[in-house]
Amino acid sequence: MSENTADEKIDLRGVLCPINFVKTKLKLEMMESGQVLEVTLDDGEPMRSVPRSIKEEGHKVIKVEQIDDGYKIFVKKADS
Amino acid sequence: MSENTDAGKIDLNELKSGGFIKQNQKDLFTVRLRVPGGRLDIDKMIKIGEVAKKYSRMGYCHLSFRQSVEIIGVHIDDFNTLVKELAEFGQSIASCGPRVRVPTACGGCEYNPNGIMDAQKKALEVDKEHFGTPCHHKFKISFSGCPIDCARTQGMDLGFQGIVDPHWEEDPCTGCTLCEKACLEGAIVAAEDGKPIFYREKCVYCGDCIKACPTDAWTAKRKGWAVRAGGKHGRHPRTADEIMLFLPDDKVSDFIGKTLAWYNKNGKRGERIGTTFDRVGLEGYKEKVARPFITD
Repeated sequence: MSENTADEKIDLRGVLCPINFVKTKLKLEMMESGQVLEVTLDDGEPMRSVPRSIKEEGHKVIKVEQIDDGYKIFVKKADS
Repeated sequence: MSENTDAGKIDLNELKSGGFIKQNQKDLFTVRLRVPGGRLDIDKMIKIGEVAKKYSRMGYCHLSFRQSVEIIGVHIDDFNTLVKELAEFGQSIASCGPRVRVPTACGGCEYNPNGIMDAQKKALEVDKEHFGTPCHHKFKISFSGCPIDCARTQGMDLGFQGIVDPHWEEDPCTGCTLCEKACLEGAIVAAEDGKPIFYREKCVYCGDCIKACPTDAWTAKRKGWAVRAGGKHGRHPRTADEIMLFLPDDKVSDFIGKTLAWYNKNGKRGERIGTTFDRVGLEGYKEKVARPFITD
């Protein structure tokens, strides 16, 4: 699947809210529309907040993958 | 000083119903301003500051528990000029005593991401229509935009809290399970294929699932207000009773009017509406006032 091959990756395990979202946002700002960012997050508060904030910014979470100690979410950058 | 000529000019009715509160200090009063929902235009705030500086003989204001600005230490001789100067920029005085108080509200949905309903707008509207209505005791109304309930609707004579009814469609759902993660109530559990099983009885109608869903498989079926009545703080606190769910936004004022009419008819002087519920039973109120507003 193409969404498994992210254009960029960011590991935010151990990073607290809302810094994890801010870092995601900054990373996305440096990318092109339509590119995919793989974000690794801790379970709990980060998984509750970050995907929602990404949606509020207009980007799209296209896939969620559970890993041993958290989750990987794949975010497609919105058209600007 | 036995004679007080200026005090003679005070409209005694205004003093009784208005927000002039006697202080320990002789002839000094706290003047409570009318600030519905606690929202203050910045220019107005500056002007209030100027007036307060001129008339407070104690040099400070107090932010009341119901979101108003109170000017502390105003001399009774200064009432008339103070009221006039405040009125020049549209600032009026709040109320005390047995009547509908200035409604309080959270920030609401205008700028707060958790907000479901526009608590600020409603507080303004209700303040215009119901502020000062006489009843058996004080009557406090508040508005919370979402179930976090910052405006503490459970402690109000009448409280309104924003809610949203989530609706799920299978087609757009990708089984990503983000809604399960978003739901703090355990009302959504992901099945084997990741798709949600919804336990409505656990839902508090916060809409977190809708906000989290990346494909809009969860949408808002309807929004409205959860209504609570009979709450109070004070020496004998009482938690409000749950009256109904999903009162439409445009029915709030009517609901308040009918509640006040019921309270004025069934309550006793000096009795909060919660005490009336305890004395005559809640069912009559629910049947008479709430039921006509329930649509399903």
